[in-house]
Order: sequence, then C-alpha cells, then structure tokens
Amino acid sequence: MFEYAPAPESRSVVELDSSYGLFIDGAFEAAKDGATFKTVNPATEEVLAEVATAGPEDVDRAVAAARHAYGAWSALPGAERAKYLFRIARIIQERSRELAVLESLDNGKPIKESRDVDLPLVAAHFFYYAGWADKLPYAGFGPDPKPIGVAAQVIPWNFPLLMLAWKVAPALATGNTVVLKPAETTPLSALFFADVCRQAELPPGVVNIVTGAGDTGAYLVAHPDVDKVAFTGSTEVGREIARTVAGTGKRLTLELGGKAANIVFDDAPLDQAVEGIVNGIFFNQGHVCCAGSRLLVQENIAEELLASLKRRMDTLRVGDPLDKNTDIGAINSAAQLARITELSEIGAAEGAERWSPACQLPERGFWFAPTIFTGVTQAHRIAREEIFGPVLSVLTFRTPAEAVEKANNTPYGLSAGIWSEKGSRILAVADKLRAGVVWANTFNKFDPASPFGGYKESGYGREGGRHGLEAYLA
Amino acid sequence: MTVTAPIGLSDLRSFLHGLPGVDKVGVEARAAALGTRSVKAGSKAKAIDLAIRMVDLTTLEGADTPGKVRALCAKGRHPDPGDPSCPPVAAICVYPAMAGVAHAALAGSGVHLASVATAFPSGQAPLEVRLADTRAAVEAGADEIDMVISRGAFLAGDYTRVFEEIVAVKQACGSAHLKVILETGELATYDNVRRASWLAMLAGADFIKTSTGKVAVNATLPITLVMLEAVRDFRERHGRQIGVKPAGGIKNTKDAIKYLVLINETAGDDWLDPAWFRFGASSLLNDLLMQRTKLTTGHYSGPDYFTLD
Amino acid sequence: MPKSSKAVAVAENARLTVRKTYKLYIGGKFPRSESGRTYLVDGDNVALASRKDARDAVVAARAAQSGWAGATAYNRGQVLYRVAEMVEARRAEFTALGVPAGELDAAVDRWVWYAGWSDKIAQVAGGANPVAGPFFNISAPEPTGVVAVVAPAGLLGLVSVIAPAVVTGNTTVVLAADPQIAITLAEVLATSDVPGGVVNILTGRYAETAPWLAAHADVNALDLTGVEHAELAAELERAAAGTLKRVIRPPDGGIDLSADPGLKPMTALLETKTVWHPKGY
Repeated sequence: MFEYAPAPESRSVVELDSSYGLFIDGAFEAAKDGATFKTVNPATEEVLAEVATAGPEDVDRAVAAARHAYGAWSALPGAERAKYLFRIARIIQERSRELAVLESLDNGKPIKESRDVDLPLVAAHFFYYAGWADKLPYAGFGPDPKPIGVAAQVIPWNFPLLMLAWKVAPALATGNTVVLKPAETTPLSALFFADVCRQAELPPGVVNIVTGAGDTGAYLVAHPDVDKVAFTGSTEVGREIARTVAGTGKRLTLELGGKAANIVFDDAPLDQAVEGIVNGIFFNQGHVCCAGSRLLVQENIAEELLASLKRRMDTLRVGDPLDKNTDIGAINSAAQLARITELSEIGAAEGAERWSPACQLPERGFWFAPTIFTGVTQAHRIAREEIFGPVLSVLTFRTPAEAVEKANNTPYGLSAGIWSEKGSRILAVADKLRAGVVWANTFNKFDPASPFGGYKESGYGREGGRHGLEAYLA
Repeated sequence: MTVTAPIGLSDLRSFLHGLPGVDKVGVEARAAALGTRSVKAGSKAKAIDLAIRMVDLTTLEGADTPGKVRALCAKGRHPDPGDPSCPPVAAICVYPAMAGVAHAALAGSGVHLASVATAFPSGQAPLEVRLADTRAAVEAGADEIDMVISRGAFLAGDYTRVFEEIVAVKQACGSAHLKVILETGELATYDNVRRASWLAMLAGADFIKTSTGKVAVNATLPITLVMLEAVRDFRERHGRQIGVKPAGGIKNTKDAIKYLVLINETAGDDWLDPAWFRFGASSLLNDLLMQRTKLTTGHYSGPDYFTLD
Repeated sequence: MPKSSKAVAVAENARLTVRKTYKLYIGGKFPRSESGRTYLVDGDNVALASRKDARDAVVAARAAQSGWAGATAYNRGQVLYRVAEMVEARRAEFTALGVPAGELDAAVDRWVWYAGWSDKIAQVAGGANPVAGPFFNISAPEPTGVVAVVAPAGLLGLVSVIAPAVVTGNTTVVLAADPQIAITLAEVLATSDVPGGVVNILTGRYAETAPWLAAHADVNALDLTGVEHAELAAELERAAAGTLKRVIRPPDGGIDLSADPGLKPMTALLETKTVWHPKGY
C-alpha cells in the first residue's frame, strides 16, 4: 500500500497551562476545596492539565453569578445579544485551528474531523443563533417570547465544543444565562471557550463553566435556582435527571442514546452506501449517539455489500489523532474502551461473527480496531445496546416492511439511514421510521439550521434550527 | 487473454441500467475527503516519481509540427536533463499525422507512443474513416490508441452501436493497446460515466479514459473515482484488469497526488503503476519536476529552470 | 355539578325510563371494568376502572395508532369535525348532565378549531431547513404515539385535552373526571367515525390508574393537566421518567379553559422528524 508518511498537525498552536480553574462570573478561580482532577490525552495517556473539581459551593457561586447576570442579559435588546454571539462566532473561526488541535488532544478524535467537522459547525452554530436573537417574535412561539432564566447544561465528551455550542448558542440568543458542565474527560475546550467569551467581552456571569464529574453535574441539575436543564448523554443518566427534575417545574430537554438502523436496499448506490456505513459507524470512533450502529442490509445483496465494506475498512487508518491522514483516532477513555471491549466480547460469545481489518494499534493510549459483527439477530445484545464505539452489528432483512419493523424494534429513536435509488420507497420508509433524524442516501450530516433530537428513549426536545429555540423560551 | 462478451448485445441496456446508481453528492464528498490526504516527505518524493512515470505527455494542437513533437519526445525521455535520476514519462501522445515523427524520436527509449485516433476529438466521421485513422496510427508506430466513443449514440441509447464500434477499433489496433475515451464531460451524469465505463470494458478496452481535453469539463476526481470503482468491480467479476486515464485539467503536483491517493484507496495498489494508470497532461510535468527539485534541493524552484516544450 | 336526568323523568311519567349504564370506552366498545367494580356518582353506578382496564386501553390505543396517524390529515380533520357535529346534536343530553350552555358552545367550537388544525399544523410546526450543503432537508411533526391523559373536569376540559392529542394522529387513554359527561362524549366519538381505540376513556379514580399508565412502557406521553395534587403530579412525572415519556405538567392554578390554547397542547405531543436527502443529477 502507498504509505503517506506521518503528517502531524502542529501541536504548537495550543498553549496549555498546567492547571485550570472554574470559570465563574467572568473569572477563573480554583475550587473552594482546592479539589482537582487530571485530564489526559487518550491517544498517549499523557496528562494534559489539572482541572478544578467544582463542589457544591462552587456550583452555588456559578448559579448565583448566572442569576445575577440574568437580569441585565435578558433585558438587553436582542440585537445587542446577537452581536455578542456574532463576535463569539468570529473569534472561534479565527482560533479554529488552535481549538481543533485542542479538541483532538483532549478527546482523541482525528484532527481532520475536529478541523473539518467540529469547529466549522461550532462557529456556524453561533452564527445561526446570533441571527435569531433579535427575531424571536417571528419564531412561531408567540408574539413576545421570554427567556426562562438560568440554564444548567451538562454535555458529553464525544463532541465537547460542538455540544457546548448546541447548548450555549440558543440559550444566550434567547436571553438566558448558563452554567455549563463539560464532561470530565474533555473539559479543556469549554475552558478555552471561556476565554473566547472574555475576548468577546461577554458580560461576566452570562456563561459559567464548572468542571467536574457526575457529582458536579448532579448537583447542578438539582440546584433549586436553576430554571432549565439541558442534558446530552446516556439514556441512563437522562432518566435520572428526568426523575430529579420531576415536580420542580424546571424545563427539561434531553438528547440521549441511540441504536440507529442504517438500512441498505438492493437498489442502493452501493459505493456511496459503503461510504455511508463507514461514516455512520466509524466517524468519531463511533462515539456518536446517532451512529448507524445497526446495519440492516437486504439479504439479496448482503454478501456483495459486506465484501465491499470489508475492502473499504481495510483502508481505514487508525492512529495518532493529530495525523492529518488518520481516519479513526483514540477511544476517549479507559472506561469507554472497557465497555466497548466487554460488549464486543459478549457479541462474539453470543455467536455473532467478528471481523476487523488488520491494523496496528499504538501501544499506549486507548484504542479499538474498527469491528463488524455479522450474523447478528435482534436478540443479540450488540443489536440492542448502545456500544458507543467503532463496532457495527450487521443484520439482514427481506422486505421493506421487515426492515422498518426491525429498525423500529428498539427503545431508542434518534436517527436512521436509508439507502435506495427509489424515491417513493425512501419517502415511505422515512415516514415509518420512528426516529428524529432520517438520513436518506447520506449519513451523519449536521447543520445548525437542521433540528436534531430523538423519539422515545433517545430523549425529547430538539437542538438546532427554529425548533431549537423552543427549549429556551418560556 | 481472450475477452468474450459476458452478456449478449441485446442485454446491454438492461445490464448497464442494472448497475448500481451513483449518488452525486456522495461520490463528490468521498473524492473531496480523499483530496485532503496529506502526503509528505519520502512518500511525496515517491509519489512524484510515480506520477512522472504515469504521464502521457500530450500535444494535440492544430499547430503541431515535427519540430514541436520532437521537442516533446526529447522532454518525455529526459524530463529533467540535469538530473539523470528523473524517470521518463509513460508515453508521448500525438495526432496520427505526427505518429511517425514521434516514433522515430522515441526509438529505443522505452517511452510508449500513443496516438489519438478515430476522428479525434468529436468522433464524428464514418466508422470506416475512423478505422482507417486507427490503422494509420498503428502503422506509423503507435503502440497505444486513444479512441473516442460516439457520445451521441451513447446518449441516444444506442449502446450496441457504441459497443460494436469499440470492438471494431480494437480489432484495427492489432497489438496496440486501446484506450477508450468516454468524454465524461459530455456524458453529464455519474450514472452515465459508470455505464460507459462498463460498456467500454465489455467491448474490449484496455484502458478507459475520461476526456479528450477539448470540452469544458475534463478529468475530475469524482469522475475518476467512479471509473476506478468500475475497473475494480470489472476485474472482480471478469478477472481482467483495465487501466484508467484521467486527461485534461490536471495541472499540478497536488492534483496528481490526489489521483494517486484515489487509486490507492479505491482500486488498490495494483493500479499504482504506469501500466494501469496514466495522466493525460502537458503542463503537469513541469510542476512535477519543480516539486521534485524542491524536495531534492530543499528550496522552491522556478519555471525558468525547466524546459518549455 | 352534573345532575342525573332520570329522577326528573320518573317523577313526571308513569312510564319507567330506560336508564343508561355508564361503562368504560375501550377500543371502540363499551365494556364493564374487568374488575367488576362500580362506584356511585350522582346516583349512577359507573364503572370503576382498574389497572387492567388501563392496560387493555393501552393495547387498544397502540393498535389504533398507526392507522389513525396514517390516515390523511384531511380525513382526521373531517372526522373531528363530525365529532363537533355530534356534540352539537346531543346538546340536550349534555345539558341534562349539567354542562352549562356556554361551556357546550365552547366545547363544540374547540372541536371545530382543532379539527381545522389537522392539515395545517405540519406547515406551521415544520418546514424546509436551509442547510449549508447540497441537501434537501425538511422537518415535519409526527404524533408521539400513545398518550395517557388525566383530564380536567367538565366537557370543555375533556375536549381541551383529547382534541389536541388526537388531531395530529396520537391515540389516547383518558382518565376522565366526570364519568357521565365523559361516557356521553364516548358515545359521540363512537358514532362519529373516530376509529375504535383512538380515544379510550376510563372512569374511576385516576390516583389509582394513573401510576400504571405513567410507568407503562408502551405509553409515549403523559398529560397531567387534570392532576390537582402537586405531589401526585410529581410522582407521576417521576414514574414517567422511567421510559422518558413526554410529560405535560399540570398548569399552575389549573387549566384556563377560556384562554386561546395556542399550539402547545398539540406541539407537546409531537415529535419533529428531520429528513435529509442529497440533491444531484
């Protein structure tokens, strides 16, 4: 094979401090009790920085700061709020290489994804919602829509900065203030975002970032002075948060897990379908809630399609996330690697046939080879549970009705894919799929103007587009 | 290897229309993604030398003269006269009228002589004239013939006619290799590119080639990607390897390397060889030489240091 | 307070009137409670629904859902308009049950208002999204599925929770506050081309049945509009979290039936589906 030689993106664009504090009321400060945790580069296990662990008193201070800032921020004319968001969008564009490298360092995702997908979408999201800030009466939520108040936002580690953008941009555009908790394995880009806010001269307290683990998040969402909770993460934690919020009157939106079916019919554009399957499950190491983790292929083309898929997987380049040619980076954490490993072993034990291309994995860091399981049935755990890794379960079907039935046969309902060149079939199947996002002849496409969110246990509420405003308007 | 048409001529239409469709957005996104591959250092040096060895150095002008063709042949044999380590190009590509001159100029060099034929570039001449054109080129020493298909017949759905013409030209080629120019810019859709590729391969093409270089849209990455998929699938089904030649519009090293990446990750490294992949180009060569010099000397070069031919 | 109509009838005529038996409304039929229980409301023995009745109602609602959602919006609108016609035609009966004339008018008008939304809500709540790429991208609302409803009192209260749920294609299991009014409405529904199972009505004590529905894994949403006790509402919301049901909380101070309902009663029971497709020759 034609080797491309290492093409590492320069790390020098990112200047990391050895430790980071909490961002409260416009300033960085240590946790009250001085507690910290370490964030590591999952590709090397190198410690990148020490980060403050926010305890109850810190969260209290952050919520108080957000409450204090709320009055003036919500009273600001929409056009003025818009300009802050436009500033933020511009600063993100200017600093996008730095932020992309940082994201890849802390998360393990390939630089080509952080550079070409995450960061452009982050900036676009702020641009999009900036424009809404002074147009809210036209959004279809009544003639005089009002903000809700203080939003507690808890985001996952798979797209750290993008998930921040999905939460912060609409909240601020609508006049809310926020306390955001990034995931404990990927806190750095949120802290750099705090610096972006300072550069934009965003009023202190409008955005507060509290770092920490599950305890910090639980305390934050339960905080009595929070008016709105937005969470993206696992269905298990989402359930807990829904229980916590019950009876408090806090508004809640949840974007949770998925087990998307990617349905390939025998009249599909096969080469593009193979790309879509690969993109669907191996994009971002499969750490994607809407990943196409169940391939439903029509039985009469299964053999041919799988041969193409395997040939394609042979070309995937797994390794250094900062290498511009890397397709699959590092698994985000040891814990996630353990879960992927465990479920994969269960898949094999349950009788599914496991296959991975030959690929050399680095010795240090957290790695998992792209893997497919064939001979999977609906009864297998790997066909039902979210693995959140580069593992694809392949099932077959005979008729469109059977495909739809299998696709919907899950408590999740976040996304789905359809591959066919027949328009009427696509539209009929899309109608019947119980999923919030349906990609037909494409997969894993995102846009700030396009609402995203799930049916059933994949959560409720939408992020993105006009629909995304609703979660932040009273 | 003898080629027998695996399907009857009457089935051509249903076969070609039964090929999987090509989604435009998907194939263009894939080509663009491969275009972001970064090829550095030693790999880049190897890639540049391979690209030079894949060039069909071309002149197809009404103003071509024996002098111009001889100069081009000299350039093809020794692209960088100052550096004996620089490999020769794959072939010189000229009109049939210039084939004799080129044949003499290339004698003993190992550089192939390609001639466009069949009333290039439009192909709008009676079949007999096109066959005579082909035979003349071969007789003048061409060992590779670049023919054009009748796009009109293809677009009109007369696949049988296109098929039979390719068969006839292939016969007229004798032992010369046949490159079939699909003129993808006139076929307009990727579905047509895939169908035309299969049609040409089924009819006996040794190479499928994108373009004449004489229409608005010439070689592009996604078109070449579709053709690479076609030769890959054809070999899998019929066991015969077919070459691919993008032509027109490939002007610099960066572009050429993107094509090599495309081959590498689509058809595979069996095609990373001048026997199976060519660039139909003229100005590309000097840029390859400039980049080659940059890699060997460590500083950027300039056009005055390379011959204009 | 609803009044029983028959006492009056008996007094004036020697003829003994034929009384109506108030049963449940499940799957288009009027069964007794499987538990055999009744309870006395204004002199009538009305069915006291059990958890198993609730379970059966969910089965009926689920069975009816895809067909109802799959009907054309125009058709659903016609069916709901027919319901309004039938309520209007039964004014006397509702009046006899104590529904004030003004509330009756409002209830009919509200059915008509919601009936008209059937083929408009998708245009208001959905539409094309201008994404930055060569893609067709459209968002459309879809019914969330089976909705369990704790209805507020009165005919207008009932209409105000049933109509917004079913107009978009949801099916419902309704825990009614006023049994006679609710079952009379059920009789309207049963004679208005509303497919069986689209609206299922249980009478009885919602504090007993609602927790089963809140925790039922085949229920997609829970409308708590009629729940009066904050602690029970919180408990039900917590139970609903188990399968992440959509929850409509009881409005502060009870539902304001005279206010313009707005879109919320419909949109709260809708999912947004966004479909992408590439554009290219």
